[in-house]
Amino acid sequence: MSFPWAKEYKPAIGLTQWLDEKLPLPRFVYNAVGAGYPVPRNLNYMWNFGVLAGFCLMLQIITGVILAMHYAPNALVAFDSTEHIMRDVNWGWMMRYAHANGASAFFVVVYLHIFRGFFYSSYKAPREMIWLLGVVIFLLMMATAFMGYVLPWGQMSFWGAKVITGLFGAIPVVGEPLQIWLLGGFAPDNAALNRFFSLHFLLPFVIAGVIILHIWALHIPGSSNPTGVEVKAESDTVPFHPYYTAKDGFGLGVFLLIYCAILFFAPNALGHPDNYIPANPLSTPAHIVPEWYFWPFYAILRAFTYDFFFIPAKLMGVLAMFGSILVWFFLPWLDTSPVRSGHYRPLFRKFFWFGLIPTMAILFYCGGAPAEEPFVMLSQLASLYYFAHFLIILPLVSSIEKPEPLPFSITEAVLGKDESAVLNANPTAA
Amino acid sequence: MVRLFGPLVGLFFAVALLWSFGNGAYSAITEPAAPTAEHEFHLHPKDVKFASDGVFGKYDKQQLQRGFQVYKEVCATCHSLKHVAFRDLADLGYSEGEVKAIAKQWGTKQPTFDPKSGERAERDNIASDYIPTVYYAGQGVPPDLSLIAKARHNGGAYVYSLLTGYQEQPAELLKKFPDSKTPDGLYYNPYFANLNLAMPAPIASDDQVAYSDGTKATVDQMSQDVSAFLMWTAEPKADKRKQTGWAVLGFLLAATVLAYLAKKNVWADKH
Amino acid sequence: MAEQASIDTSAEAGEGVRRRDFINIAAVSFAGVGGAAVLFPLVSQMAPSADVLAQSSTEIDISAITPGQAIKAIFRKQPVFIRNLTPAEIASADKVDASSLRDPQTLEERTKEGKTNWLITMGVCTHLGCVPLGAGEGEVKGEFGGYFCPCHGSHYDTAARIRKGPAPKNLEVPEYSFISDAVVKIG
Repeated sequence: MSFPWAKEYKPAIGLTQWLDEKLPLPRFVYNAVGAGYPVPRNLNYMWNFGVLAGFCLMLQIITGVILAMHYAPNALVAFDSTEHIMRDVNWGWMMRYAHANGASAFFVVVYLHIFRGFFYSSYKAPREMIWLLGVVIFLLMMATAFMGYVLPWGQMSFWGAKVITGLFGAIPVVGEPLQIWLLGGFAPDNAALNRFFSLHFLLPFVIAGVIILHIWALHIPGSSNPTGVEVKAESDTVPFHPYYTAKDGFGLGVFLLIYCAILFFAPNALGHPDNYIPANPLSTPAHIVPEWYFWPFYAILRAFTYDFFFIPAKLMGVLAMFGSILVWFFLPWLDTSPVRSGHYRPLFRKFFWFGLIPTMAILFYCGGAPAEEPFVMLSQLASLYYFAHFLIILPLVSSIEKPEPLPFSITEAVLGKDESAVLNANPTAA
Repeated sequence: MVRLFGPLVGLFFAVALLWSFGNGAYSAITEPAAPTAEHEFHLHPKDVKFASDGVFGKYDKQQLQRGFQVYKEVCATCHSLKHVAFRDLADLGYSEGEVKAIAKQWGTKQPTFDPKSGERAERDNIASDYIPTVYYAGQGVPPDLSLIAKARHNGGAYVYSLLTGYQEQPAELLKKFPDSKTPDGLYYNPYFANLNLAMPAPIASDDQVAYSDGTKATVDQMSQDVSAFLMWTAEPKADKRKQTGWAVLGFLLAATVLAYLAKKNVWADKH
Repeated sequence: MAEQASIDTSAEAGEGVRRRDFINIAAVSFAGVGGAAVLFPLVSQMAPSADVLAQSSTEIDISAITPGQAIKAIFRKQPVFIRNLTPAEIASADKVDASSLRDPQTLEERTKEGKTNWLITMGVCTHLGCVPLGAGEGEVKGEFGGYFCPCHGSHYDTAARIRKGPAPKNLEVPEYSFISDAVVKIG
């Protein structure tokens, strides 16, 4: 694809000319993230997180491959080999902390990326496929992160493995055999640890593959932008390089500052102390919680405390937890408003800022809190809103809302003419 | 299709949640959760300062040596320290010779096994050995202490609070929860998660350990020293980590400022 | 800025461009330096870890080895041969003119003074690293009565010097010292 005004790759010297004829890799890069990719000129900093997420995946793969050189996936020695990395391997402590906090950083970045998509309705036509692939990436990330957390074979690792595979046990009839099959035993042990290690090593490369599809799909319609107005002319775009490489470079610097501050000065702040206790199949920690990035979904899982007709509470929780992410797949068809950006959707915007965001915050908090009142009741109300927001409110809002007037073009929005234009057309919008 | 089934699925989950919520609210009113002794009498660790606290903090090697002495003379009979090797003690400021001597004189010997004769025996420890595991047959399971300071919230302060927190069970507790009397053979300590533990106060009197550096060996001092030592065993690389961190952050700050200026340059003609 | 411009005689626009270029180049260079610095831990993590390095010396009791006998010990996870030479073996080694050998060394140069009978060498063939035969009881000692490497047929003499076959060097003598008459420390 691309816009007619996209710059064409011109090999500068003989070597690149030769390469371009045999294997046009430089051309491919040039068109993907170089000067050959025209991008809306008005992207704000919320558009930095895609590149940052890619960076996080690279970081995880590099540190992960290194950790795998020293780690031993055997229940007898896994915990000790982790400590061996922390104490004896040259820079091993840094590699492990970089990987553990890298997972958190990856999720922070991806959550911001997803919520950017929610606010600007990046999932809408013609970008549905980008969104669907993104949800697939998110699911793969969750699976990878979960299996990675099992590997140190601490108390939280062990009980996390037991509880999460237990979710599959909720499925009627096949649940229990399925759980035993997943674990290769009746409880997490060597078999489970070894297969989790193998899959934890494999999945990131699958994620990398889906990311390539995600970016490929992105390049068909081109990037969306904060106004949600499609690109109309060359003046609406700038080449990715140098404009967005420079902007992403600065964003990467800020990201690394925050990430390294945590890595070097509070590396265990996001972890749980119990995972420094070796796995003990005979004693469950008093308060087991998954890693922070699963808390909202964990809260939804725990919100179902009573059997609903013939459906056991446990199964309801599992259905709801998976459903809470699966519902994202249907977003492009649930939200039918012709306007994309939340900036021009007054009602949608209210539900986003005063509905969805506080709900996620409450779910997040309740997921990390013990299973006691008032947290259970709070998470029930928040889960209720969560499902209502996506499945009921969003379709309703898109049909009754009267959007605010859009700028004529991106250029107009950037150069500040839209303010007066909007005011002239609709004085109440101020 | 989606617009038809979406709201139905939404309603289904909403009703199921309301059902749970209603039942939960009803039972919360009719049978409120009973308070427990742990809930009301468990205390968070005391506020105690260590040399290694904060982003500029560094371990006080003199204190770590004293703490090691307390571990060796008080804790080591029941608690292992299996992730620490004798060679690691060089980080506390001991010379190579001192490390070797500590290893050789260590009370618990290194078990050996002759695969030919099948004989089990033991030998003196050497510097490259890990501190041998100790076994405890009595009541309770003394945990390995290598990582204890990271395995508890606010671990250093936790260890210190636990060591100095033994006391008589408060009369108020017994009055309110008559069933929660400390069982025989256990000891009351409000800093322990379930209030009663099998370990009697290990550091019971001043001068239990004879310090050679002139520090007065009060119960409080010994408790602080051994807590500091266990913080080191849990995170021996903390000093290097912070030192590296400052270099990295300094570099990144400069790089980020430059990146910002470069970004402004590039965009100068587009705003 | 103004002061600088007055010193610099070039046009103001040109100066501005150069300053901008400088910042962009500096930013890219910083990224390059940062990337290179990260390589250091990535590379050095593969070097031996602290626990491996700590085992780089080993103490061995040699009191039970009678003349003519040899033992295999382990040093850095590799075999080391400790051999108590008989007077006949010493004589046969001394008889050879060292300068005529592929790797010229005398037995004296390969042992400690006053302890010429204790031949301590790595049990690693200098050709491609197999373990030569000859230290264990009943093993082939090769044509020169020392060690024989079955992989590619290297023969070593009673001073463990290469005499025949593809190996380029004598069996390596590790660093060692006698702690007492009964104990030798290797490494």
